[in-house]
Amino acid sequence: MTRLPVAKTYKLFVGGAFPRSESGRSYEIEGANVALGSRKDVRDAVRAAREAFPSWAGLTAYNRGQVLYRVAEIMEGRRAQFEELVGDQAEVDAAIDAWVWYAGWADKLAQVLGTSNPVAGPYFNFTIPEPTGVAGIVAPEEPPLLGLVERLAPALIGGNAVVVLASERRPLAAITLAEALATSDVPGGAVNIITGRKSELCAVLAGHMDVNALDLAGVVGDSTELERLAADNVKRVVRNGGGHSPWHAAAFLELKTVWHPIGV
Amino acid sequence: MAQAPALPHGFELPLLPRLPRIGSVDQVAIEERAATLAKRSIKRESKLFALELAVRMTDLTTLEGSDTPGKVAALASKAIRPDPVDPTIPSVAAVCVYPNLVPHALERVEGTGVKVASVATAFPSGQSPTDIKVEEARRVAELGAHEIDMVIDRGAFLSGNYAKVYDEVRQVKEAIGDSHLKVILETGELGTYDNVRRASLLAIAGGADFVKTSTGKINPAATLPVTLVMLEAVRDVFEETGKRIGVKPAGGIRRAKQAVQHLVAVNETLGPEWLTPDLFRFGASSLLNDLLLQIRKEKTGRYQSPDYFTLD
Amino acid sequence: MTEIDKKQDRSPVPSVFEYSPAPESRDVVTLEDRYGLFIGGEFVEPRSGEFHPSVSPSSEEELAEVSYGGAEDVDAAVGAARTAFENGWSSWPAGERAKIIYRIARILQERAREFAVLESLDGGKPIRESRDVDLPLAAAHFFYYAGWADKLEYAFPNRTPRPLGVAAQIIPWNFPMLMLAWKVAPALAAGNTVVLKPAETTPLTALLFADVLRQAEVPPGVVNIVTGDGRAGSELVKHPDVDKVAFTGSTEVGKEIQRAVAGTTKKLTLELGGKAANVIFDDAPLDQAVEGIVNGIYFNQGHVCCAGSRLLVQESIYEQTIQKLKRRMSNLRVGDPLDKNTDIGAINSKAQLERIQELVRSGEEEGADVFQPECRLPEKGWWFAPTVFTSVAQSYRIAQEEIFGPVLSVLTFRTPDEAIEKANNTPYGLAAGVWTEKGSRILWMAQRLRAGVVWANTYNRFDPTSPFGGYKESGFGREGGLHGLEAYVRFE
Repeated sequence: MTRLPVAKTYKLFVGGAFPRSESGRSYEIEGANVALGSRKDVRDAVRAAREAFPSWAGLTAYNRGQVLYRVAEIMEGRRAQFEELVGDQAEVDAAIDAWVWYAGWADKLAQVLGTSNPVAGPYFNFTIPEPTGVAGIVAPEEPPLLGLVERLAPALIGGNAVVVLASERRPLAAITLAEALATSDVPGGAVNIITGRKSELCAVLAGHMDVNALDLAGVVGDSTELERLAADNVKRVVRNGGGHSPWHAAAFLELKTVWHPIGV
Repeated sequence: MAQAPALPHGFELPLLPRLPRIGSVDQVAIEERAATLAKRSIKRESKLFALELAVRMTDLTTLEGSDTPGKVAALASKAIRPDPVDPTIPSVAAVCVYPNLVPHALERVEGTGVKVASVATAFPSGQSPTDIKVEEARRVAELGAHEIDMVIDRGAFLSGNYAKVYDEVRQVKEAIGDSHLKVILETGELGTYDNVRRASLLAIAGGADFVKTSTGKINPAATLPVTLVMLEAVRDVFEETGKRIGVKPAGGIRRAKQAVQHLVAVNETLGPEWLTPDLFRFGASSLLNDLLLQIRKEKTGRYQSPDYFTLD
Repeated sequence: MTEIDKKQDRSPVPSVFEYSPAPESRDVVTLEDRYGLFIGGEFVEPRSGEFHPSVSPSSEEELAEVSYGGAEDVDAAVGAARTAFENGWSSWPAGERAKIIYRIARILQERAREFAVLESLDGGKPIRESRDVDLPLAAAHFFYYAGWADKLEYAFPNRTPRPLGVAAQIIPWNFPMLMLAWKVAPALAAGNTVVLKPAETTPLTALLFADVLRQAEVPPGVVNIVTGDGRAGSELVKHPDVDKVAFTGSTEVGKEIQRAVAGTTKKLTLELGGKAANVIFDDAPLDQAVEGIVNGIYFNQGHVCCAGSRLLVQESIYEQTIQKLKRRMSNLRVGDPLDKNTDIGAINSKAQLERIQELVRSGEEEGADVFQPECRLPEKGWWFAPTVFTSVAQSYRIAQEEIFGPVLSVLTFRTPDEAIEKANNTPYGLAAGVWTEKGSRILWMAQRLRAGVVWANTYNRFDPTSPFGGYKESGFGREGGLHGLEAYVRFE
């Protein structure tokens, strides 16, 4: 008789832990039962992100870069698992390399996006980028791993804490990614992943008053109503294109300019 | 009230000629200096000496609403003989209690070398009228407390009313006669190292024999950088006036290792003359057992368990 | 005020609060008896046939025998670098190149203790510095530049950066591993290959680095290491197939190198000597400023190009500052570099010690007052106690010439203008320090100081993201940061 495998339970990823949905619901997808997140789960995730934000943002850029590089290291170790889930080796390669690419931006964003400004007066004036706070991301339906990583890494690298609504039809890669995050020094709450029905959850995220930025890349259909909801607290609605760019990270950053007189 | 005395012409600037340069403290640098001092590695013989010195410097403290004569009796026993198994362990410097418990404490320590320190001046907040606070201090001294630990008025300090802070210290010192005055700055409320330095100099100017970091009722309490700032202020006073003032970090020092790091800081900042309970104290309760644990470890070579040391 | 009541405490005041020797173990390092040159991915015998021992300056112990490369060896190394460049390294996908360099960074982090101990053994610096400063920064440099390898188009907007080819890199003995990282990391990130010439007295950590290259699977010939003395360096600079020369060392040698590449198309960057002014105003946080002075000149035994070797203190706080300084100096521990309690290690070589002694003698002869705290210096090895000269005139040799040792010269000033005048009155321009609580004055001074690095209310801070380099005879070009990439690319 062949050995019976232990089946995995796919739960949410909130505050660094893997709770079930507070609603107790799940849905069957990709051959497994996956937590069906509720509005309260989104609420809890935003709370966890907000709590984690100061310490994640407070790390040195070098530190943040190292943490994200470590995610790549852990994923590399779990290649087989990811390949089995997404069925595409090239996608896994690209996802890991994307983490490495964005990790390298941590301590360079300020140099490329920041400036020293030669104002017409005896003042020292400089502009620096800062994370906006909590970013909500609606992950693309496909590709299940790379699509998520390409949206998540740029938000994270600048110091933001993130709440992700995972691909509805293919959520397993996201929760497996969460396992990699949970074991790679990413502070609990810096990334939170909610699985479930986008039709239920998007509006909650878009309308949440304590979310600062919104990436609607993965919204299926018309996003107008979501964008209207976002206006209630003037969220930065992010429309990053495909591919990799430091400007994808910049979309989640504020710019602060500081003045100081120069005098004896 | 302290005021700039009026002169026939002009006016005297009251503080500058009589205080060392107030100046400021750089946060990053002082924290780095403290971190470097904490990395010093002590010779084994010196470590044993340091641990026993730390015991002799401890003010064993209980300051709870629920304190009773029974609790104070137990504390006093512990203070007099910290380790029943090892009679070579010396007594601590003092027990520190609330005013109502002073007579009970005095009774218990009579005939031993252990002193009784009492808090006063509306401890821990200090938010009471000056005359009441001074009167409390006077009564506690009359009850026989050897040492009075007063608090400064942080409300006054933070609103810029430095004269009131200075004045209250001065009045309390006058009121307590021969008793020895420690002034608690409550550094956790002062917000910056600059303020810790300023408050230290103000308290010493007012008559403090000791400057003390904290009431132990809030966090943060004593940290090594804060203590270092106070040691540097005391050093400047000594350079300018020749007077030696004591320093007492209180609260937040639970491990023997922290206590030894503090002693290293004292040694390197002020020198060995300050390595005496007359000029340095630890305000602590759980520290004592960890000191005993480490002493026994040094003497026997074996790591110890807290179960073997009494909780009083 | 009443005297503190001393009745209770009869115990004698301890005269000694002794620090135990806390030696870091040498066992973590394995040394070969003899090292060849690292060319084309393997160790080879030097064609020069010349070997000399590398000596530990704290004990005069011979640690290992090291090759002294000659003209033929240099030629072989340049050839290997050229082959590696043409045969792929320059056309590796940039993302893959990044990952190799990340591997180097991570391996250095894992083997940091091994490298730190060897660095202290071979060079003389205290283990606390090699462990807490040199190695972490070296690893961080590789990590930082790894991230640039596949992002060069963002560093130079609208320009197309390409690697130069073969970079000849000559590094000094004061921060051997850190200088190696400062040179090799950006060169590799930009797609170049390297021939590295470590300093004569400190070859061992560079030779150990060859093992990191092996573990990281860096292709053969991408980094070549030719140990030796000034002759090897000279051959390397002159070699016609070198595209880029990077040198850190004395101004004197830097000028020779600049002459040697004149008329060629070789790109050159130089990081040379300094005589930095550390300026203290009367409103400075004084105890921390004194820490900063001490850190500025006694860190790494003063073997630092950007050392704050001139203290410019405002006259109104002169007495107080000097008193605090002398007191602080008496707490400095000179001793075994491998002892974790040591603050000041050994002088790197006998030659350097003699140079320091000569200049200190000149200071006394010219009329300055000298102070050294009481120090028990070990019998063997080369040592110099921390020293401070007061009553120094601007014209004294000790105020003008770089001593490169734990010797501070103190001058005074009255106004900010005078401070600027004195600080800038030097052919050097590498670094400067300013201590004042007044923000506007920090910026005013920073604006006027002619130095490549200005430290305000701090000193000797380094970071891979922060560009470092000098004005005037302290050299040209910057290392670190986005600007550090420029030296290693050309534009189409």
